[in-house]
Amino acid sequence: MPSPLIPKFDNFGLKENDVTDEQLYLSRRKFIGQGALAGSLAFASYLPLWAHAKASQKQGKFAAAQRSYDHKEALTRLEDITSYNNFYELGTDKSDPKTNADALQTSPWNIRIEGECAKPGNYTLEDILAPHTLEERIYKLRCVEAWSMIIPWIGFPLADLLKRFEPNSDAKYVAFETLYDKKNPLPGQKRKVVPWPYREGLRMDEAMNPLSFMAVGLYGDTLPNQNGAPIRLVVPWKYGFKSIKSIVKIRFSKTEPQTSWNDIAPREYGFYSNVNPTVNHPRWSQKRERRIGELFKVPTEMFNGYEKEVAHLYKGMDLKKFY
Amino acid sequence: MLRAPGLLKAFTFISLLAPVLVLVFNFANRQLGANPVETLTHETGQWAFICLLISLSCTPIKDVSGIKKIMRIRRMSGLFSFFYACLHFAIYWVFDQSLSLEYVWDDLKDRPYITLGFSAWLLLIPLTITSTKKMRQRMGRAWLTLHKLVYLIALLALAHYIWLIRADYSEVLLFALWLTATLAIRAYFWIKNAFRH
Repeated sequence: MPSPLIPKFDNFGLKENDVTDEQLYLSRRKFIGQGALAGSLAFASYLPLWAHAKASQKQGKFAAAQRSYDHKEALTRLEDITSYNNFYELGTDKSDPKTNADALQTSPWNIRIEGECAKPGNYTLEDILAPHTLEERIYKLRCVEAWSMIIPWIGFPLADLLKRFEPNSDAKYVAFETLYDKKNPLPGQKRKVVPWPYREGLRMDEAMNPLSFMAVGLYGDTLPNQNGAPIRLVVPWKYGFKSIKSIVKIRFSKTEPQTSWNDIAPREYGFYSNVNPTVNHPRWSQKRERRIGELFKVPTEMFNGYEKEVAHLYKGMDLKKFY
Repeated sequence: MLRAPGLLKAFTFISLLAPVLVLVFNFANRQLGANPVETLTHETGQWAFICLLISLSCTPIKDVSGIKKIMRIRRMSGLFSFFYACLHFAIYWVFDQSLSLEYVWDDLKDRPYITLGFSAWLLLIPLTITSTKKMRQRMGRAWLTLHKLVYLIALLALAHYIWLIRADYSEVLLFALWLTATLAIRAYFWIKNAFRH
């Protein structure tokens, strides 16, 4: 069905193997140029390709959601999206969140709205979701650890949600918080690897950008707990940690809110944390990334490939300073 | 227990070779998770470090327990450390840096943790080359001096490991404690012997 953002979806004539083949193609010269280890390379190229997903499986609870944003690359497999997570509340190993997923109780769920707005208060998840029509958006998620996934999210624009609370003219920023119950901490919250609760934030114009998205599902079905159920943020032009999971609080604020990773290591994680291949993490390079499902790395794109939609937000800003 | 002279060595050989066999098997069967290259990199790096620590533990074990036989596996575990370090570097070079020397050079220049890890690997080379009995006899006292490099290598490896962690230091703590224990026991016996003479 035609959508306003992307005219048509038919996998763009791509089969699941096409993308990986292109990667091998791009790196081909280097292999030929340095024949010494060509043998081991041949081994790699003979391996069954690390598969991407087949055409989107639309069977779940939200199968009817219309696709409003597309991505030309094949989707990352659901199995990979749900078993390789950074969600420290459920443990610091990538596999911990899936293992400990049951510890997160998502019902009942409330979100507290605070700060510079006309309609603060406690809202049930049902209240929050009621007026919104769910849509599907395929975004690339780029982790600060130099890996990325192509994920079909189900949700609605963040702007549509925020407008309902009628933020006033002092609302310059939006702050978010993840669930943290001191008396009943999640498995990963028993150790203070992060000063709990996890906090994130956006500038108001970033939050109102049409790309900013609140997700309640993926792959046509409910969001698995390890992916930030029942409701999470998705800001595709920023490093993954900005897309805060399992949100219980939204606060409109006059000043820039303190965010968790910036709190832990300010030199390494700025408030903005836009995907930027020209600004390296102090300890590792951000020039390239590994698409989950592939063996070799590919170049990282400015603003994760969403430059057209968001570059104007940062006009005149020195992105080396405001990393 | 392990009375036959070759048995301890055979047991060590199989135990230290097993991890790489398991990794290759799991890689071929896609059992290394969503990011198999990362798993391979971390596992080979950890095994290089474990083998180095085993080799560093031989002398303290002998000093504390009096079991001299343990010294028979010191060289082998050192060589296994080099073996895993080579795999570790090869995986990084092939998959992370697409076999490009230029990319590796950029990384070496800009990333201290890469510089440290690479230095540790380079320093293992002379130790590997001089690990034979013949070389040891030929070099005499110089051999002992050269092989003291192993302490520096272990510290470089530890720093390389710590430098990449984002927030959770619990895993590396075990390695750090193990290394500290081997050094502390050495220091104790060194001081004890120094006062005796």
